[in-house]
Amino acid sequence: MMVEILWMLTLFLLSTALVLGFLRLARGPRLPDRVIALDLITIIVMGFIIVTAVRTRQTAFLDAAIVLALISFLGTVAFAYAIERRV
Amino acid sequence: MSEWIIALVMFGGAFFIFLASVGILRMPDLFLRMSATSKAATLGAGLMLGATALAFGEFSVATRALATIVFLLITTPVAAHMIARAAYFDGVPLFPGTLLDELRGHYHLTNHTLDSVVQDSTDTWIPEIEGDDFPEVR
Repeated sequence: MMVEILWMLTLFLLSTALVLGFLRLARGPRLPDRVIALDLITIIVMGFIIVTAVRTRQTAFLDAAIVLALISFLGTVAFAYAIERRV
Repeated sequence: MSEWIIALVMFGGAFFIFLASVGILRMPDLFLRMSATSKAATLGAGLMLGATALAFGEFSVATRALATIVFLLITTPVAAHMIARAAYFDGVPLFPGTLLDELRGHYHLTNHTLDSVVQDSTDTWIPEIEGDDFPEVR
């Protein structure tokens, strides 16, 4: 089962990416840094959802990924407006 | 054989997302961080969605995956540009090794519009910063 090792490696890379993104979210000197980190974390979670959808053969998970992409964009735009108004 | 291809493309996507998260942690500057994440993460998510379309082999799934890729390709640059613009007005410090900032002195502080003439009054325009005066980057 060499393919299984590749899947585990994929999940390992995504988990490490999640930890690194969270480090920037916690540390990030300014608010825009945190917003970018949140954007990246959303994409990483999308990756987890996609892997789950393929491995369980459930297409319903894909709709969750689409909704997550939509909400991430709206959130980023809202934060951009808030940061620009704050000045 | 096909499950190998699917797993490999999925692994490639995860690898590019991992590179994006290394970039967001290691880059010295907000704008460099944004440049690292927005491109690499979009490519990674696109690869993973493409692998999904290959894995299921159904028309409805492929359409949804393709629609999500197109949506990401449209929205990620827009979101990155909006955040970068807002951060620039917020006065986010630049990387000390920055060689050229062509926008300094062109942006009006109150109504957020551009002008092609470089202004020198520092109270209404984002001022031009000379030489080594860049603020410290944490």
